Order: sequence, then structure tokens, then C-alpha cells
Amino acid sequence: MISLTVNGHALQFDGDQDMPLLWYLRDIEGLTGTKFGCGAGLCGACTVHLDGAAVRACQTLLKDVAGHKITTIEGLSVEGTHPLQVAWQHANVPQCGYCQPGQIMQAAALLRETPHPSEAQIDEAMSGNICRCGTYTRIRSAIKEAAEQGASQ
Amino acid sequence: MIHERNITPGMANVSRRAALLGLGTAAFVLALRLPVQADESTGGADKKYAGAGMPNGIRNDPKLFLSLAPDGTVTFICIRSEMGQGVRTGLTMIVADELHADLARMKVQQADGDEPKWGNQDTDGSRTTRHHFTAVRQVGAAMRQMLEAAAAQKWGVPASEVETVNHEILHRPSNRKLGFGDIAAAAAALPVPPPDQLKLTDPAKFRYIGRDDQKIVDGFNIVTGRAGYGIDTKLDGLLYGVVLRAPVYGGTIKSYDATETLKVPGVVKVVVIDPTPIPSEFMPLAGVGVVATNTWAAIQGREKLKVEWNDGPNASYDSATYKTELEGLARKPGLVVRNQGDVDTAMPKAVKKVVAEYYIPHLAQAPMEPPAAAARIVDGKCEVWACVQSPQAARERVAKRLGLSNDDVKVNVTLLGGAFGRKSKPDYAVEAALLSKAVDGKPVKVTWTREDDLGHSYYHTVSVEHLEAGLDASGKTVAYLHRTVAPTIFSIFKPDQQHEAPFELGMGAVNVPWNVANLRVENPGVEAHTRIGWFRSVSNIPHSFAIQSFIAELAAAAGRDPKDYLIELIGPDRIIDPGEQADGWNHGEDPKLYPYDTGRLKRVIERVAKEAGWGRKPIQGRGLGIAGLRSFASYTAACVDVAVSKDGQISFPRVDIGIDCGPVVNPDRIRSQLEGAVIQGISLATLGEISFKNGRAVQTNFDGYEVTRIDAAPREIHVHIMDLGSKDYTRPLGGVGEPGVPPVAPALANAIFAATGKRIRNLPIRDQLAG
Ligand code: FES
Ligand code: FES
Repeated sequence: MISLTVNGHALQFDGDQDMPLLWYLRDIEGLTGTKFGCGAGLCGACTVHLDGAAVRACQTLLKDVAGHKITTIEGLSVEGTHPLQVAWQHANVPQCGYCQPGQIMQAAALLRETPHPSEAQIDEAMSGNICRCGTYTRIRSAIKEAAEQGASQ
Repeated sequence: MIHERNITPGMANVSRRAALLGLGTAAFVLALRLPVQADESTGGADKKYAGAGMPNGIRNDPKLFLSLAPDGTVTFICIRSEMGQGVRTGLTMIVADELHADLARMKVQQADGDEPKWGNQDTDGSRTTRHHFTAVRQVGAAMRQMLEAAAAQKWGVPASEVETVNHEILHRPSNRKLGFGDIAAAAAALPVPPPDQLKLTDPAKFRYIGRDDQKIVDGFNIVTGRAGYGIDTKLDGLLYGVVLRAPVYGGTIKSYDATETLKVPGVVKVVVIDPTPIPSEFMPLAGVGVVATNTWAAIQGREKLKVEWNDGPNASYDSATYKTELEGLARKPGLVVRNQGDVDTAMPKAVKKVVAEYYIPHLAQAPMEPPAAAARIVDGKCEVWACVQSPQAARERVAKRLGLSNDDVKVNVTLLGGAFGRKSKPDYAVEAALLSKAVDGKPVKVTWTREDDLGHSYYHTVSVEHLEAGLDASGKTVAYLHRTVAPTIFSIFKPDQQHEAPFELGMGAVNVPWNVANLRVENPGVEAHTRIGWFRSVSNIPHSFAIQSFIAELAAAAGRDPKDYLIELIGPDRIIDPGEQADGWNHGEDPKLYPYDTGRLKRVIERVAKEAGWGRKPIQGRGLGIAGLRSFASYTAACVDVAVSKDGQISFPRVDIGIDCGPVVNPDRIRSQLEGAVIQGISLATLGEISFKNGRAVQTNFDGYEVTRIDAAPREIHVHIMDLGSKDYTRPLGGVGEPGVPPVAPALANAIFAATGKRIRNLPIRDQLAG
């Protein structure tokens, strides 16, 4: 039995503790906003926050997050009003949208650490997140826009 | 639009979008019958084009697509799949403009797969807006006229005095008005006016069509993680499956042992999936499925399977050997697929001869959402939830494999997390149905891992393109010979298919606009050894890369500016019947409405050249390259500005891309499609390759099969839409989803030549410039 906090809710699980957090979130908790893209830490689609830092849920085992706080895209803001979510819609960033929860979670962690990132810092922080639809130029502008709006708050 | 919040992904009847190649069902049969030679393929008098030529045609019945709630909310049913191209947004804009509706009071609902009911749903071939623009306008206009007629009846006034403005029906003389909801029931009881009585809205009064700031329908759901994709399907009592598939196309199971698998906690059942003999079309490969209570348990169980395979006839497929085979074939005469003048006489007389060969490897579409589908069977009826480009194709294949009638299979379409052609082939939906059947109809969701996706794709073809040209003393091309050798998509449908299909040759191989008297295109045959499928823009990728690179090589041989040389080779402005280019296919469009217009092509090339600063002063380590062509009934050109560092690393300060797609519906989604096409073009040119060894795909995940990431994306992408702002909506529409891809790779290679003098003839570029 392990305990963890997801989006502010205290949860307990007595299944396979070697299960990656990704599948726990998606299949057990029904939090499907966290996406599966590669299962190997190569695409960033599964990015969530572990105590505020961006991690790949597919590479994070449940037993390693016992007692920790997880935030998923569903918990980033209650009403979808995080400055990044607003900027993302303003710039019409998504195409298919599948990679975007992971992109936004990665960007949120970036802005927390670096409230006003340079373009090079954006590229560096975001280079683990693949967008096969090719929305990268809009991702850059949305991050800059959110930074101006004070997304680090 | 009203943004659906908290939709349950499993209940996928509220969502999605648009556009396929039509190879899925009857269109494929039609395509199969299309002869290669234009003179045979112009068809009979009854030949149908555009949407009418697609299986089950196009519908324009407002009662089918629109419903009005008492509060005035209008629900529009989108029958095409949304995979990022923006069809759910674009089609709704069109209907809102004709209905004179307030877009903020409209909802989009995704149709299930039912072509006899909805008309063609095959989301492929950059066709949705092109084929539905008029029909959807008619849907909106008919509903508006019915509302007006009902209001006129109610008020006892002539219908001609009634008008509709922003979701209200007005009678100005008496200062009365009604909301849509007030009159919905009465309107619905009226007959639908026939198309010739419809008063379409004057484009000058469009409020949405052509507007550049339209927010996408699913934006809120996407950024909050609520958007439901096939892989997110939730159903009561859902089980989770993965399948271990034969690693070689055509392989079968020799023996298997699931003892250890069944010991994994959570594993419920192990299921053998019988092979579909080659050609296996859209049906599943041989495999062993593992059903469990969660995906992780299924994956763990699969790892413990012990399976011995019979690899079958493709066991020795090796892409390095195959390349040599293709080269050998490309150097010998092959089936003549276009011939004008006399190349054999003109070539020896040329003052200069240029010969070049290009290689373009297999690619995998690798949509970020891998294939996934859920199915359950209740009382002999199967219901499927899946991210499919052609839900009717999925429905027919599931019905066939389960021995049910189509009516007993329902396919709910989810959002597609990218598709790029992969999700036209619903083998994964059939797998889900088979796994469900094996557990007494309980709901099962099949998830493909990335390893599954890259190991069992319907791969983009691999090709060698051999080009020869003779130049006269002035540098003008006087003879042109192209041999294209590539395994054909036809090979997944019919045995013994060795030649490119008309729709493959018509993607830029035969239908080149060159103003050259002596021109021949040949297609030597070759066998396929893996599943070949379509990848965004399909055969345009190899044809365009080779041809547009070659034209720049000719310019260099002639000592000319490559853009000027390209423009001159296209020649004077003229309207060419595609039949004259041996293109009897013409993207399924009427050659009279959609001829090859060289003037339009030249204008888009000149536009991007100007915008990109073509002719600028040379910059050390930098180069501009250009390419332009017609595909999917549109004209596109790209100009790439490349920077090459001393150690051979390339980066992209800027890319300009232009499109002439005729009338413009949603400029923002045209831009986003072209931005994406630039990235995907750069990705395939610089990194993309699936290779084969012992019949198996070598690359297994995004470490081996690399794709472009943000740090390698251009600093700036500038999209130029020709005739943006034009209110002439009488011109035929062109495609948008795919035509951005083909000019990118050759423009990039031409830019590298300009920067370094090095010619890229083999893709991907990877570290060819290093050292
Ligand atoms: S799914 Fe975790 S990084 Fe790709
Ligand atoms: S928007 Fe489709 S993968 Fe990023």
C-alpha cells in the first residue's frame, strides 16, 4: 500500500508498486490528460509535476513517489486559467493537441524556475517534448506571452 | 463555439475532424481500375469527380447535419475526423456563415462511422474542405431558409420580407423577431428547399469564413487535458490489451508459450490473433494478444510471452540490399508512363548532360498518439471507439472479421492525436474487436506502444529516383528523363503489384509542368517486402525531393540562378489538361475545373522568393534554397534559409512557405498546417529513416527514429497565403493538409548547396555535412 497526493487529493494504491506513474494515472485514476507517447522518456507527452518539478511519468515508478505530491494537467489550474493555458489558446498552439498537456506541464516547470526565459532557454527546456504536428514556433511564442503575463506566479 | 467541457473520452460522440485519400474502400477499387495512361483514363461520360466520385458521395441535407435546441443552440455534426488539421473548426465556420448563426452558440458533435447515412467520411487526401465547402454552405443556407419560411408562416408575412441576422429571424416591417429555438420545430416540419432554390450568402457578408482569428473548437479541452483521444477511451469494466505481432510482414506463429504471462498479476487472458495472408490490406498481422486489468500488466505479460515465428517470404528484407536493387532497376529502362517528343534522339545531341540519383528511405508516420482502439460486443453487436481517419473502413473490417453485418458494428470516432495517414488503416480497431470477442464481449482497449507503431507501420515507400537531362549551348533543358522506382501502396491490396499506381505517379512524377519538348518518365517495377502505406503527401515526397533538387542541379550546370531556372523551365503561363501530362487521376478532380495552371505555380514561387529575400547578398555559411510544385489541387513553394556551421551542423534562421489553395476558409489553420508541414519536411529530410534488417524494422522508438524537436525547428516560419482576403469564392478550392510538405526537403537541400556547394542526394541528411 502506498499513499500519494494527486492534484491535491490523497490517494492510496495497493497494486503493483513497480507500475509507472503514467499507467496508474491513466488506467487506475482515469486521469487521461497525461499522455503516453513513447514509454521511454523520449517524448515528454507524459510530463507531470513531482513536488513542482517536471518529470516523465512513464519513467517514474509508483514506489518512488510514495508520500509525494503529483500535479497533472487536470490539476494545473481548476478552470483552465493558468497563464500558459490562456496563452496556448490565444496563440491557437495545438494542432492535434495530443502532445500539448505534456508541453504545458514542461513549460510551467520552466517558468517556475526561469520566469523570463530566453529563446535558447525555452528550446533547451522544451527539447524533450516532441510535437509531431510541428507546433514549435507557436509554443515558443505562447511561452513568451505567458512569461509576460507572469506565469511563474 | 460552445466549448464542450468535461466530455467523457469514452463517449466519443462529441468531437473530431477531417481528410483522407479515399483508398480505404470503394475509392481504392476505383483507383485500382484507373489505367496508367491518360488517354485510357479520362473515363466515360459518367465519370464522377470530387466528392461525388468518392464512395457514398457527399450529402447536403440540413436535417442530417444540424439540430436546434429550444434555447437556440445549434449542433452541427462533423462527419470527418479531426487530427489537427482543424476540420471541426473550419466546417462549423462555414455552416455558421450560411446559417447566419452566432458561432458562440454552436456546438460540434462528431459523427459515428456510417457512410450510407452521412456520405463519405474518409479523412484523407487533403479533401475535406475542398469537397465539402459547397455542400456545407448548402446545409446552412437550407436551414436558414426553412427557419425564415417557418417564421413567415407564423407571422403571416411573405418569406421575402424575412431575414436572418446573427441567430435571429427578423421581420423589419413589423419590428418582430424570433430566436432559432422559438421556431425550430415548425422549421423542421417544412420540406428542405432543393439546391437550385438556395440563396447562398454573399461572400462579402461572411463573418467567419476568411477570418484570421478563429479559436479552434477543441482548444480548451486540449489545454486542460480533457480532450478525448482513442487511447483515452473509458468504459465501464474496461480491460486493457497489447499485442505481440509477427515482426516480419507475412509472418505467422510457429508456437507460443504463455505460461509465465498468465502468472503476471492482472493478466486476464492470452489471445491468438490469426494472420491475414499477404496482401493483408487493413487487417491485423498475426499476433498474440494479452488482456489485463491495466495497460502496465498487459505490457508486463507480453514481455513474458515466448513466441516462435515463421517469418515467411519477407524474412530477408534488408533495406541496404534493397537500395542496391532499386539503383540497378533505376539505371535500366522501365515501363514508360509518360512520353513526349523523342528523348533518345535529343539527349545525345545535348551539349551537356546531367545525371543524378536520389534516395529517399522508408518513413513511419509516428503520430504522437499511437494507434489505439476500444471495442465491446453486446448481444451480437460490436461497438468500437477509435482514432480512425476512415470510420467506415474500420466498421467494414470489424464486421468482416467478426462475421457481422455492417449494421451490427458501430464505430465512434474520437479525436485523433495526429494521424498522417497511419490511422487510415484500422488494423488496430479490428484487433480490439477480436480481443473483446475473446473475453465474451467485455470492453477491451488495445494500445500500441511506440515499439509497436514503428515496428508495424504502413511505411512510407522507399525509392530511388534517377534523373537525366540534356542541356543545349545556352543551358536550356532540351531532354528530360526520370525513372522512379518504389514499392507501391497497391501491394497491400493486391498480389503481384510492382508498379506505382496512377495516384502515386500523379503525385509529381508524370505531372511535371516542364516546358521541354522531349520528356519521358519511366517506372521500372519492384516488389514490396513490407506494408506500404501513405504518409502525409505520399509519393510527392520522393518525387518532389528528387525533381526539385535536380532542377537546381541543372541550374548550377547551366550557371544560372536556380529560381530563375525553375521559373523558365515551367515556361509561359498556360493551362494544361492533366491528361496531357499523363495524369488521368488529377487527385480525383475534374480536369476542366482543376487543370495544371503554370501561372499560379510561378506566382507562388515568386512570392516566397520575394518574401524570403531571394537574391540577397551572400552570407558566409548561409544559403537560400527554393522549390515549388502543384499537389492536392494546390500550389505550394518553400524557401529555406539554412545556416551550416563549420562542423556541419545545420540550423534554420527562417523558412518561407507559400500556398495558393484557391478560396480561403480558415487562414489560421492554413498557417498552422503549413508551419507543421515545414517541421515535418525538415524532420524527414534531416532525420527520418526506417531501415530493415532480416525483415524487421530496425528503429524501435524515438531514439532510433528521431524526429525534429523544438531546438532544431526554424527560428521563424513565415506562411504566405495567396489571394488572402479575396472574396471570390467561386473558384475551386485546393487541399491544405498535405501540400506544404513536398517542397520543404528539396528547398532545404538546395539551400545547403547554396551554403556549402555540397549536394544532398540521399535522405536523411543526418551527419552528411560533418567533416
Ligand atoms: S511517454 Fe513518457 S516520455 Fe514519452
Ligand atoms: S499538436 Fe499534435 S503532436 Fe503536438
